[in-house]
Amino acid sequence: MSASRIPLPVMQVRGVSKTYRLGEVEVHALRGIDLELRAGELVVILGASGSGKSTLLNILGGLDIPTRGEVRYRDHVLSDASDRELTRYRREHVGFVFQFFNLLPSLTALENVELVTEIAEHALSPREVLERVGLGDRLHHFPSQLSGGEQQRVAIARALAKQPDVLFCDEPTGSLDYPTGKRVLEVLARANRELGTLVVVITHNAAIAAMANRVVRLSSGGIAEIRVNPVQASAEAISW
Amino acid sequence: MSRLHRALLRDLWHLRGQVFATALVVSVGVGAFVTMVSTYRSLAAARAEYYSTYRFADVFASLKRAPDSLAVSLRLIPGVSAVQTRVAENVVLSVPGLAEPASARLISLPGGEQGGDSLNRLHLVSGRYPAPQSDDEVVASETFAAANSLAVGSRIGAILNGRWRELRLVGLALSPEYVYEVGPGMVVPDNRRFGVLWMNAEGLATAFSMKGAFDDLCLSLARGASSRDVIDAVDRLLAPYGGLRAYGRADQPSNRFLTDELGEIEVNATYIPAIFLAVAVFLVYTLLARLIAIQRSQIALLKAFGYANLRIGMHYLEFALLIVGLGLAVGLILGGYFGAGLIRVYQQYFHFPVLRYRLGVSLILFATAIALAAAVGGSLTAVRRAIRLPPAEAMRPEPPRSFQAGVLDRAGLMRRLDTVTKAIVRNLARRPWRAALSMLGIGAAVATVVVGRFMFDAVNALMAVHFDSAQREDVTVTFNETRSRGAVTSLRELPGVLRVEPFRVMPALIRAGHREERASVLALRPSDTLRQLVDARRRRIDVPAKGLVLTRKLARMLAVGEGDHVFVEQLDGRRRQFTAAVVRLSDEPVGLSGYMDADALAGLLGEDAPISGALLQVDKSREPALYASLKRTPAVAAVSIRSATLQTIREIMNRSFILMTIVMTGFGIVLVAGVVYNSVRIALSERGNELASLRVLGFTRGEVAQLLLGEQALLTLVAIPVGCALGALICRLLVPAFDRELFRLPFALTGATFGFASLVALGSAGLAACVVGGRIAHLDLIAVLKSRE
Repeated sequence: MSASRIPLPVMQVRGVSKTYRLGEVEVHALRGIDLELRAGELVVILGASGSGKSTLLNILGGLDIPTRGEVRYRDHVLSDASDRELTRYRREHVGFVFQFFNLLPSLTALENVELVTEIAEHALSPREVLERVGLGDRLHHFPSQLSGGEQQRVAIARALAKQPDVLFCDEPTGSLDYPTGKRVLEVLARANRELGTLVVVITHNAAIAAMANRVVRLSSGGIAEIRVNPVQASAEAISW
Repeated sequence: MSRLHRALLRDLWHLRGQVFATALVVSVGVGAFVTMVSTYRSLAAARAEYYSTYRFADVFASLKRAPDSLAVSLRLIPGVSAVQTRVAENVVLSVPGLAEPASARLISLPGGEQGGDSLNRLHLVSGRYPAPQSDDEVVASETFAAANSLAVGSRIGAILNGRWRELRLVGLALSPEYVYEVGPGMVVPDNRRFGVLWMNAEGLATAFSMKGAFDDLCLSLARGASSRDVIDAVDRLLAPYGGLRAYGRADQPSNRFLTDELGEIEVNATYIPAIFLAVAVFLVYTLLARLIAIQRSQIALLKAFGYANLRIGMHYLEFALLIVGLGLAVGLILGGYFGAGLIRVYQQYFHFPVLRYRLGVSLILFATAIALAAAVGGSLTAVRRAIRLPPAEAMRPEPPRSFQAGVLDRAGLMRRLDTVTKAIVRNLARRPWRAALSMLGIGAAVATVVVGRFMFDAVNALMAVHFDSAQREDVTVTFNETRSRGAVTSLRELPGVLRVEPFRVMPALIRAGHREERASVLALRPSDTLRQLVDARRRRIDVPAKGLVLTRKLARMLAVGEGDHVFVEQLDGRRRQFTAAVVRLSDEPVGLSGYMDADALAGLLGEDAPISGALLQVDKSREPALYASLKRTPAVAAVSIRSATLQTIREIMNRSFILMTIVMTGFGIVLVAGVVYNSVRIALSERGNELASLRVLGFTRGEVAQLLLGEQALLTLVAIPVGCALGALICRLLVPAFDRELFRLPFALTGATFGFASLVALGSAGLAACVVGGRIAHLDLIAVLKSRE
């Protein structure tokens, strides 16, 4: 395989460890992780609670820095970046989808998206993105007037509207019911397909792994397995 | 200590920033209350004690001259318990070390003996009373002596009845008649240039050819006697002797000033603490409401464990009581400290033999009751909410805050705003009461600062009218009695005199219907330029050829207006009476007078236009020579110098008004900082997750701060004009308190005052915001990914 045919790595993780001090105890959340994330991929990071998947997401997403090892985003080294540099990284290159949506309750769906596009350089039209996630008729509703699934789709639209290079989704279906969760996954898959956004989903729900290009399974802070799915299942096809 | 109590202390510690801010507001409110009420009580108690111990008289009167035998008739007036006749004269002094001539009130001491049943007894601070046979020994008021560095043994020159004399200070004393030591017609004490001297009756009577006679008297009333009836009887008795109308304590200058000052303290003791305690109630409420919201599940758990509603309610009430109790304790200490300090300030102006600071138990209990009422008032709604919370519901997290399109959205006003501003406006609009109360709290602070600067502006405005438009002379010379116009010539010959405008002041009784006021009628000439009558807009009013101009305040007291007629009774000379039309009202801010054309008045009185004194315009470079001459001009009873008066007023303004400005500004800062700090902390607690998620999305600290602090910035910006208006309103309400016979403060506030108040609000809001804003750096970005709400 020649380098030119494989998509370039967007993110490179080399020997990353993370240690917390909890009182007297040292907790090794991550131990020597090596990982590459490539443009246009849909990666599912799978693991039980305590496996270190959240810590890995925090480090990849520029919310935290590793104790040891190196994290690169293209030619930026994130592992020793300052708070200011990490903020810029998140602002310009990263989209986040949270388990609990975290929309501003005081803003409508449209305004929640606009809040992000106002500070982005190459933003998409907020209306179009909301239409793309199927909320064209809910633009002027406040979060409290939307269902959980709708709120999560607003959150996805908010994340996608600024055309991020990487979209991190932390248990995106975690607080949704089954059909709504599937609908949200469908939206994520479409974004990956149509916009070519690198999507990283972390979840403990193994069923979701079927829709990934690659599945990274974490266990006790280390990578237990990296599996490549030859064929990606559609969101409709998976069930849990 | 029960577990619940331990939790209480932990909560207090956890919320220490807000606990501190709230307690601070309480402590300043309590402190201000205790300071002012204790000062009031200390002054009032010192006055009562002074007046009774030193037998301050109840009724006072001056007259031209009456035989001592009249005292017997005075004593027989029903309701009179004691009478003291005396000789009292205005004299010009030459004080060593003082360039300008000083004025003094020279009063006779009864028979050289002190004690017995004499009224207005002196409190001898040092030295002794004049020896029985002496004719050059005097006791001086301690205040005057101190201001001029005079001591027992010092000598001062004086013109007594036209003759130069050297007087020797043998004692220094205080008198209940001069607690506030101002000369006739003066508004502020000028202790260097006005003093009181006491001399042996014998010596004084000899010097002024008053042997066997008196020209001044005071008397005390029997218990239950009517002051009004006695005054009328005294007036009837004194009328043939040139009586100038008797007056009671209420009109006695020193007592009047003291009473007015006490009234002012009382007003301040009411509205300032009220503002603070209202804000404290609001802060306690918001703090407790938030605490209860955070601890919903904890409350549910306690209820599930079987804790009674009452116990849980008490828990939160205790929380409020502890905060307020902390503020109360600090406030009591502050109040005691500043009260004692304020008493020391008052000691510079009001002179008592003993002015002890008293902080009574009853005041402490009263302040405690008020503070506790504030604590209960502030916690009632929130505590009721905790009690009513059903355990099952409380176990669930608080439902997400719901927003709906509001009036602003429907009106299309929101469309033009950027997204961050929309969020800010909606957050405010969602809790309109909280926003309004926060805004009012900040507004009250702005108002406090405005009120603190009001005296400054008002006195400046008063001085501008008084000294620039109304009284423009450099020196006023008053003769000891009316003179012929020829006296002008000798004044014109004094060194440095550029212009002389003689005037005649006629003491008079002005009557309209059943109302009557004692006032002077000033006779002016059309050519006069130094003394001018002005209207409310500072425009010159010409003295009409016929009829009377009245000071508006005097007209109001007499209930007359332009076109009405008044009855004027001359109180000196031939005691003529005439009716005059009120032609115009004038608006000079100092003094009460009627004004007439000099020739017209002379015609009515059948006089040859005598003069009482003259206004001088002088060459500044020759002032020392002029002052030296005036000190030895025989006929002069009083000299008043404009530049000296101005300087005195400026000094007093600088001393007391700057202190007032500093204190009120401090109050404003505490209020704004308290309100803003608490509001931002609560906003941060309510929306911490929201803000942290924005940080995750790549918002900078600055942008997140904008969202968090924008609300308070907006509230502060709205509060500034509201506070300025509120401050102006309070000042407007205070103006009548300064609508006095001696002076009337105009309603005046400058742009600088509003600007200053605005800057104080912005500065302290900014400071409080910065303190909380620093916490944005510590928002937990990771926790937000996992936590709900």
